Amino acid sequence: MMENLFEYSFVVRSLLGALFASITAGIAGTYIVSKRLVFLSGGITHASFGGIGLGYFLGISPVLGAAVFGLGAALGMEYMSARGRMREDSAIGILWALGMAVGIIFIYLTPGYAPNLMSYLFGSILTVTYGDIIALGIISLVLIAYTALFYRTLLYISFDESYARTFTTHVDLFKYISVGLTGLAIVLNIRMAGVIMIIALLTIPANIVMLFTREYLRIIVLSTVVSFIAISAGFAVSWFINLPTGATIVTVLVLFWLTARAVRTLSRRRSSDKIKKSVT
Amino acid sequence: MSILFSIESLTAGYEDKVVLRDITMQVEENDFIGIIGPNGGGKTTLLKVILGLLKPFSGRVDFSPGNLRYNQIGYMPQVAQGDTLFPVTVEDVVLSGMMHGKGARGGMGRKDKKHAGEIMEQLGLTALARQPLNELSGGQLQRVYLARAVSGSPRLLLLDEPATYVDTSFEADFYDRLRLLNERMTIMMVSHDVGMISSWVKSFACVNRSLFYHPHSKITEEDLRLYGCPIQLVTHGDVPHVVLHKHE
Repeated sequence: MMENLFEYSFVVRSLLGALFASITAGIAGTYIVSKRLVFLSGGITHASFGGIGLGYFLGISPVLGAAVFGLGAALGMEYMSARGRMREDSAIGILWALGMAVGIIFIYLTPGYAPNLMSYLFGSILTVTYGDIIALGIISLVLIAYTALFYRTLLYISFDESYARTFTTHVDLFKYISVGLTGLAIVLNIRMAGVIMIIALLTIPANIVMLFTREYLRIIVLSTVVSFIAISAGFAVSWFINLPTGATIVTVLVLFWLTARAVRTLSRRRSSDKIKKSVT
Repeated sequence: MSILFSIESLTAGYEDKVVLRDITMQVEENDFIGIIGPNGGGKTTLLKVILGLLKPFSGRVDFSPGNLRYNQIGYMPQVAQGDTLFPVTVEDVVLSGMMHGKGARGGMGRKDKKHAGEIMEQLGLTALARQPLNELSGGQLQRVYLARAVSGSPRLLLLDEPATYVDTSFEADFYDRLRLLNERMTIMMVSHDVGMISSWVKSFACVNRSLFYHPHSKITEEDLRLYGCPIQLVTHGDVPHVVLHKHE
């Protein structure tokens, strides 16, 4: 199978990437879906495109630019919504478009050709470097440690913030850290899934799992597993029939989601039949 | 009777709006106070100040008379709070009432879970322990939030309009549970329904910017007018009540 070192290293890189992306999708994705921050996350992702453009323009790493913009957007949105002074969905919409606009302007101003630009938009495992994988690995470990250490506090702040204020004075601090880490997790997945598709990677797995369980910790663990299967399958398919990685993963995830819905509907119907039979 | 805590010349509100003005009150241990008053009169604001969620402009809440501490206060907010679609189980919510004083790690040991189990049993929630909130009825949800408020074994229980969770037909059952709890803790309950709660509470506090304490559970329209508390008394069957004056 592994004829040469290039192919072997590619497979290792892909699997590690899939593993770390799954962990971020499991932890950050469960947070986003539970807190209904899907639209906000879309805003962060697209805002970070401004950083990608700036990265090209300045000749530095576009991922670094994206991380700065993504983190800034995440913390900024949290600050704005904490002040409660504006319509949140409108603010997100503006930030969303502004990020894309700034990114496009910078890329236009950059002389010559912007290599790998399409991979940022649509995602590509081929262009993912070991540096990207290491960054994703670090954010995965940080997310695991953060969630494990403060599980109850984070759960209760997410569920009922004003009640949480009766037992901790650090609600705002935890919210900023949570949204900041979520922003970073999103941005570091862009290389693989792409700006346009990343939101599906973070929301579909948790949505699949929530069809079957509503225990927070279980949702994290199971959506990590679901993501890993879907991402690996997406990689394999995109590799063998040469399709864009991000689009393939999203399609696989949506197929999983449809199957899961069908399975749940059938199992509910069967159990209600059973109840009917036991009654008669 | 000993004093649990006292409120001294308290003025509080939001930004530049004063909601409570110069309130002074002593809360006795094991009292069961019905907090009544018109909408926007400051009932919830008063609870928030006692909870330490809102800093007063002036005056203070003094916990020293009864050595009360913030982590000895249980709180049941109004129905709208907490996202019932959030993936959290009944047991998790009840355990959150025991986070006080645990620190940010908030580790729950076997002892904590056992205690939460006992609380759930007392409130008839045992069979629902693993259920998510979105599958509960209003009455079950009400008991879950009550369980959260009392699982930390508080000395002071603050309830904000607990009856809005359920139909009137279930209210009596809920107040009976409160009466049992009142043997172990002081209760302050915000309610808009004076007639309904008057057979369970021991006293009334009328909050309408200022506060008047009424040390009996029988309250008349005359009292309310005297206190500047423009609310209607509604009659409920065999509950001791006063009859409304005829409208002009």
